[in-house]
Amino acid sequence: MKVIRIDKNDWAEGIEKIRKTYSLIGPVKEKFYHIFANLGSGQMPDMEFTNSRISPKYIIYPQSEIILKCSMNAEEEDYKIYREPEDKEYKEKAVLGIRPCDADSLPVVMRNFDTDEYKDPYWLRAFETTTLVGLACDAPCPSCFCTSAGSGPYNHKNLDVMLIDNKDHYLAEIITEKGEKLAEAAGWQDKAEGIADEIAKRKSDAESKIESNVHTDNLAKQPLLDLYEATSIWEKAAFACINCGTCTYVCPTCWCFDIQDEVYGREGFRIRNWDSCMYPLFTLHASAHNPRGTKLARLRQRFMHKLKYYVDKYENGIQCTGCGRCVRLCPVNIDIRRICNMMNSYDPETCTCEATVS
Amino acid sequence: MKSYTDNIKEISKRLLKEDKVDMVIGYRTGSVPLMHQPFFAQNQEEVDEFVWDSNCGLNLANYITDRTERIGILATGCNSRNIAVHIVEGKIKREQLYIIGIPCKGMVDRHKLSAMADGDITSVEDENNGSITITGQNFSKTVDKAEVLQENCSVCVHRNPVIYDELAAEEVTEQKRDDVDPYARVKEIEALSPEEKWAHFDDLLSDCIRCYACRNACPLCYCPLCFVDESNPQWVGKSIDHTDVRTFHFLRAYHCAGRCTDCGACVRSCPVGINVRDFTKKLEKDCLELFDWEAGLNTEQRPPLDTYRPDDPEEFIK
Repeated sequence: MKVIRIDKNDWAEGIEKIRKTYSLIGPVKEKFYHIFANLGSGQMPDMEFTNSRISPKYIIYPQSEIILKCSMNAEEEDYKIYREPEDKEYKEKAVLGIRPCDADSLPVVMRNFDTDEYKDPYWLRAFETTTLVGLACDAPCPSCFCTSAGSGPYNHKNLDVMLIDNKDHYLAEIITEKGEKLAEAAGWQDKAEGIADEIAKRKSDAESKIESNVHTDNLAKQPLLDLYEATSIWEKAAFACINCGTCTYVCPTCWCFDIQDEVYGREGFRIRNWDSCMYPLFTLHASAHNPRGTKLARLRQRFMHKLKYYVDKYENGIQCTGCGRCVRLCPVNIDIRRICNMMNSYDPETCTCEATVS
Repeated sequence: MKSYTDNIKEISKRLLKEDKVDMVIGYRTGSVPLMHQPFFAQNQEEVDEFVWDSNCGLNLANYITDRTERIGILATGCNSRNIAVHIVEGKIKREQLYIIGIPCKGMVDRHKLSAMADGDITSVEDENNGSITITGQNFSKTVDKAEVLQENCSVCVHRNPVIYDELAAEEVTEQKRDDVDPYARVKEIEALSPEEKWAHFDDLLSDCIRCYACRNACPLCYCPLCFVDESNPQWVGKSIDHTDVRTFHFLRAYHCAGRCTDCGACVRSCPVGINVRDFTKKLEKDCLELFDWEAGLNTEQRPPLDTYRPDDPEEFIK
């Protein structure tokens, strides 16, 4: 793999060059935490950040997205005929500083949006036009558990370029063709030789800083209905849960949505909005019956989906990359590490499990 | 002197042993610092998990709505007032409850503490002498608890529970409105021009992701179907359109008028740090000034917007 040395003195110049081809998105501190935002002219990403408070999934999958439009003027030909908006642009964009855990969430979400049967044009077009310039993670949070969730602080498999902060310069691993194209546009070409060992050491140092983990080895083997009926797992957590959507909205791998029609003046819009399995409305039937009518049923659905149904259906690990956002932001401390370890260790004979967070 | 936690455990064990209650609602230690978890205990071992310190900032009244068991519940000043509101509004019966009163010294603001830390906080020591020590990988810092209190706690004038069956500690000294102005921030906003107010509230709500953590953490928000969840007819759009976000926050705040005890659960639970109290505190002030009313001080009187008196203020009718 090609590794390029980018002197930090030249960093801003390279960014200015790629602005000509790409619209840029990067970490910015707004109020008291970081978000990923469009970088205005001359604005630089704050690469000293830990991670964004909310996952950057909205770059490709916005919280509210207009997917179809129509005229609501009865005199017009396309009255109430929905069409794709003509002004929807998919300009090449580059995300600077995305962390490996968040990049690793994309193939997880893609399993839902890109199947043999259905292809989601909005998600896929946005994904295809995005180049990910990741930033390896040297100071993970105490609540991160990426290494046991199929990701890792130096995991570059879903990045186009991975930057490694090396004091006065970045080492940039050029991973894909998209990454190659971006490096060329930026004029980054100073090859770094003989640093493979150093990068390997940095990687293992970073991995050793991950203090917590989840045990997932037994999840696929657990009988589904036994977990479903495991009151000892669900009862106490469901009591504390307030059924807000924080965990699902900050999560990089939660993909559920709702479609709504709205009218503004003489125009109609079909909008796709994030939705959450924590809400009663998510499953409310037109008949007024709600198959997930209780708090316990909704909490259980979130964890069963991420840690059992997904595991069984895709045979590709858990639907979680260990970013730790839900652990940090759940107002009532429902900890996915604890729930995952309970599910993994659950013994249907004795109805017992181990509740640990490491 | 025994700690709050020891006393809470002792009382809870006694209540369960004597079969006075079916469960006791309190907190257990969270898996991450500054975040304890609301928890119910039904036996002696579970009671041993109970904890009480400055990180028990959600409102436990949220957990008794429409329950049918006999419940022991910990209650600080604000929590006890919300229990009173629940009783008045028929969401629980007084005789179902055994209220363990907690004279409260305030809860710490986790955002303030995180901002003070030089890295990630891995542990928090809540000293009895009024200081808080936060520790991380390469730092340890002791701060005066008064400086890092949640804003609602720092201006609280009802720290002692207003209704209880037993106290878990001696009553604490109450702050007086003359010493600490609970409405200082409200007055600042009131002094703004209409345009500035609009800009202030726009900025306040600009980060809202409509996760409804504020609503769901609130003991007042127990409607079986919230107006934002009505789908037939649908009143409010689901997107993050500004009008819909504002509609949600404004209407929710008005629904809380005369009922809110300023417990701060909404602010504490918001993942993006919106100071929801900018709405509710203004309504609390209005209720005090117009109706001489504070929510949840007894279990008999219905809140002012729920009743009519011939001498109700009506200057707003032009």
